[in-house]
Formats: sequence, structure tokens, C-alpha cells
Amino acid sequence: MEQTESTIVTSVRVAATDPWSQARDLIDAPDGFINIAYEAVDRHVQHGHGSDPAMLWLGKAGERREFDYADLAEQSSRFANVLAAHGLSKGDSGFVLMGRVPELYIAALGTLKAGLVFTPLFSAFGPEPIRTRMEIGSANVLVTTPQLFKRKIAGWVHELPSLKLVLIVGETAPDGCTALGPAMAAASPEFEAVKTGPEDPALIHFTSGTTGKPKGAVHVHEAVRYHAYSGRDALDLRPGTVYWCTADPGWVTGTSYGIIAPLVNRTRMIVDEAEFDLDRWYGTVQREKVQVWYSAPTAIRMLMRSGAEAAARYDFSSIRFLASVGEPLNPEAVLWSEKVFGQPFHDNWWQTETGGIMIANRPGMKVRPGSMGKPMPGIEAGIVERDGEGVRELKTGEIGELALRPGWPSMMRAYLHEEARYRKCFVDGWYLSGDLAMRDPGGYFWFVGRADDLIKTSGHLIGPFEVESALIEHPAVAEAGVIGVPDETAGEVVKAYVTLVPSFAPEEDLERDIRGHARKKLGPAVAPREVVFRTTLPKTRSGKIMRRLLKARELGLPEGDISTLEGDET
Amino acid sequence: MTDPDIRAIYLEELVKIAPDLDAEDIANEDHLQDDLELDSMDILNFVSALHARLGIDIPEVDYPRIATLWQAQPYLLARLRDESGG
Repeated sequence: MEQTESTIVTSVRVAATDPWSQARDLIDAPDGFINIAYEAVDRHVQHGHGSDPAMLWLGKAGERREFDYADLAEQSSRFANVLAAHGLSKGDSGFVLMGRVPELYIAALGTLKAGLVFTPLFSAFGPEPIRTRMEIGSANVLVTTPQLFKRKIAGWVHELPSLKLVLIVGETAPDGCTALGPAMAAASPEFEAVKTGPEDPALIHFTSGTTGKPKGAVHVHEAVRYHAYSGRDALDLRPGTVYWCTADPGWVTGTSYGIIAPLVNRTRMIVDEAEFDLDRWYGTVQREKVQVWYSAPTAIRMLMRSGAEAAARYDFSSIRFLASVGEPLNPEAVLWSEKVFGQPFHDNWWQTETGGIMIANRPGMKVRPGSMGKPMPGIEAGIVERDGEGVRELKTGEIGELALRPGWPSMMRAYLHEEARYRKCFVDGWYLSGDLAMRDPGGYFWFVGRADDLIKTSGHLIGPFEVESALIEHPAVAEAGVIGVPDETAGEVVKAYVTLVPSFAPEEDLERDIRGHARKKLGPAVAPREVVFRTTLPKTRSGKIMRRLLKARELGLPEGDISTLEGDET
Repeated sequence: MTDPDIRAIYLEELVKIAPDLDAEDIANEDHLQDDLELDSMDILNFVSALHARLGIDIPEVDYPRIATLWQAQPYLLARLRDESGG
């Protein structure tokens, strides 16, 4: 295996003009045009695979719906025609906000097919994160469900001038919206994918920043080459593979590896509408004979908590490869999975910005429990330290910032409308990830922590600023500092330190009221699980709350450089 | 302990975990995740809170059995009886 790997790396470096030529054969790219939806579904139909199973959808109430590639091609064409009929065209911005229902997958493919830029939003977001993202992305069309529209959108939708069309899943729609069911039925099932160029924008995924608003990472249609390649080589996806990615498309994993990579590789993908449920999950793997399973540490640790006995009643012999992403998978979970499934979970690492898996314990590689693995063939990774204006590379065993040499097809091309923030990510020809890591003598990379204040909870990156902004909208809250505190299941959970407006007293009822307010605004995934009261918060001379210091104290760690500390915590 | 006691405890602990909810608005058939929008971390915290309050262990496989008030009342009562050996 090591031999093969080094051979591939060498050949990639030799082909310096187009190091990704090896990934070219994995897609059609007719006449040099690349459209993700064409590569994911239409071309399989053209090549005679229309009746191959593409998606098995499992509904919350036990429903089952099967789609073959011809079904997805037809449904996404109808959807693309609905968009075109409303005057939407190449380069316009399409958002979806819904749970994992079939319409989400059809809308994703149809949006791309019509040449629009696709942005999925997590349906558990509260109204505020939804609105911020739709404003930054100048949404032209939104697809959502009647319930989500009523609860999270209806109150402010008229204040979004860019929005031309709201499609509501089902047969009826509120005033000013269009019902998707009848519109799809009336639309033609034929639509030729819009001829998008490799560098035309295709996807925008939002990611949190330490300060300021969330950033929209822009990915282009050429990214599909890397999705095809990494799906095959990091996840072992082959035509016909029964594959289950448990991630929600509202996060980048659920789109790159929950829609695009499996379809491009012509797998049969499983989509489960329901949230984590032990027996349901084990039952699905057994009944559907799942071969490749891609999940996240939080879920894996929940399986672990239930013990080996709960797993022993099931037959997992179909499993061929297990992978995990989102945050470091602890060594105990790796060893446990090997015992229970006969296969260890293979951890891998990547980010919204990278669009695809960068560092991985790949199929056939020996897993080092707790390590994220080695760079994918064709990807050059290093550990660097900022050094004045530039960076310098660190040696094996030293802890520094994980950096990558840009150039692979799924790398982001911009942060939407944020040129300065985008440029800041690149120094001396490296892309700086913001994650701290180290490389061991065997070439395996190990995650150490975040270089900034971002919080990693249940595999999601949360920006403290967005949480703090929502907290100070509460009438009792004067100031807020938000950090992540360690949690054995979620990795980290969000905790807030707040000071109060003088007329309010720090009482239990108020703590709950503030948390309730944050949950309503932000949704449970983003809102703090704990709020504590302080009289003052530690601040720099310029008045910035020192989250780093709050965290060091929470963890009982050394406080580091506090020379800029002006007012301390009381 | 009686049905109304269990009901009160369930609601009290639930709104502590998810203070965006109002106990009076929660219907018997409201599902913790589908209707009340709890996420999986909330569910874990809720189970720990019920454990601390009632002294019963709720194994992972039984989480679906506390998903609504309707289901949870008989389930929790039965668990309490089991734990007290009678």
C-alpha cells in the first residue's frame, strides 16, 4: 500500500501542468463544460445506467422510497424547468431549508442543473442564522417546507429584496409562495444541463468566523472531480456500493459526501430522514446491507455508550469500510468499532473551505487510532508557524498550524463579498486551516486544537461572535463571551459568560430565559447549553472580551500572555 | 409516584433543557425531536436529568420510548417500579 501511495504522489507531481488529470477520467466533462448535476446523474442515464438504484429514502414514520438514476435525472430536470419558468438562470442564487426529504436532493440537483448556485441551510437553525446567510448570499429562490416557512421565514421574508421565488414542498402554499408539487407535475421532464464552465460557481457553504458574520465559501463546478476522486479513494465508493452518509446536507459533509460524491460514483445511497436513534441505525445497516458508512464522532460515541450488547443483536457483516469526520475520533472509539463491526472507523480531516477530504486513514491503510491519517495522494500538507509576514515549516513532532498547498479542484475560490478575509487565509503559498496539529515520524497527522476561538461541537464549527450577538439582544444581557468547553460526547459544548444590565439579578429563571431566547434565535445546535453570570468579563485595553482567558480558566490551564488584559473577570 | 407526578417532572426537566419551550404549550403527542426540535445532545441531557431526578437508568435503546409525554408516562412509571423491586 505504501508503495502504491508513493508512486501516485510522484506521478501527480510530475504532471505539474495538471496534477488532477488522473481525476479527469472519473467524469465526462463534455466539450470542456462541467456541470455537477450532469456528472452526478444525467451521464449515468446516458451511459445506460438509468435503472441503477441511486437513492433509498427512509422516512421518519417508516416510509421507503426508491429512486434510480433515471428518476433523479427526470425529477431534477422538472425542478430545473420550474426555476427556468420563473426567470431564474445561470449564476442566480438558490437556497434550500428542509430536513432530509427527497425534495431536498432533487432541489440540489435541479438547482445545479439549471446553473444556479446552490446553498443548503441546516433546518435546525433558528431564524437569525437563516436570515443572515440568505442576506449575505442574496438568495433569489428558497425551497422549504410549510412548517419551516411558517416558523422561521414568514416573519421577515418580505424584507429580503433579492428573493424572487419561494417554493413550498407539497400541494399548497401560503400567499406569495408557489407550491412545489403542482409546479413539478406541470414541468417538462426534459432539461439539458446548463453548460457551466469548470470555474463557474456551483455551491456556497457558510462557515463561522471568530469575528464578524459567517463566511460563504464559494466552490465551483470543477469541484466534482475531487468529489469523484476522493469518494472513490478515501471512502471506497464504487458503482453499486450501498453507502450511508449520516450527515445533513446543511453542513458541507452532507453535500460533498451525502449527495455529490456518492452519485458521481454511481453508488446506491441511503438517506435517513430521522435523527440519531440507536436501534433504527443498527437496523438500517443490517437490513439494507450497508457497505460503506460515513458518520461523525458524536454519533459514534452515542453508539458506544449503548455498549457492545446493544450491537450484538445485529448482523454487520455487510460493512466493508467505516469512516468518520467532524472532529478527532478518540482512540477508544476506533478500537471499540473494530471489536463491534469488525472494522475500525477511519478518521479523516477536511473543512468547508477545502470542499473535500484532505487527510485520511484511507482504505487499506493501517489506522493509527486518534490520528486523522495521511494527506490524500496529490495533496501536500505541512505544519507551519506564522513568522512575521510569512510562515515557516515546522519539523516532525512539532505543533503548529495545519496548512495545505492550494490547487486541488474542490478548494474554495472565494469567501462571498469578503476578498480581504479570503486573502488572509493564504501566506507564502500555503492555505492556513486554523487547526493546530502535528505530524508524527510515520507521516500521520494528529489534531491538537483550534488556533482561534471557533467552537467544534458535534462536528459543527460554531463562531462565538454569532452566539454573542444573539445573547446581547436579550434585554437583560449587557455583554457576552462565548467559548467551547470539553464534552465527552459532543467534543465541545457552547458555554456563555454574560454580564447583566443593572436592573436584572442573576437568578436561575433569568439563566433559563436567556438560554430560551438564544435557542429561539439560533436553534439548539448553536445556542449555549450553559449560561453563567459574571459581574465583569476579562477584556483587553481595546475592550475586546478575552475568550482565550475564559477558556484557560475553565480548563484550569496556564493563562498565557495576559499583557493586554485591562479589566479582569469578577 | 403517579401519572400526574411523572408528567410534571417530565415537563419540568424538559423546559430546563429547552427553555425556549413553554410547558403549557406541550401536547401529549408532541415528539421531542420532530415537534419540539430538541437535538441529540438535548436528548442526552434530558435523559441525565431524568436519571438524577428519578434515579432510573434509561438505556439508549429506550430513548424512543420517552419521545412523547404519552409514551413516557407509562414507560417511566414501569421503570420506577422495576427499580424499587416491586
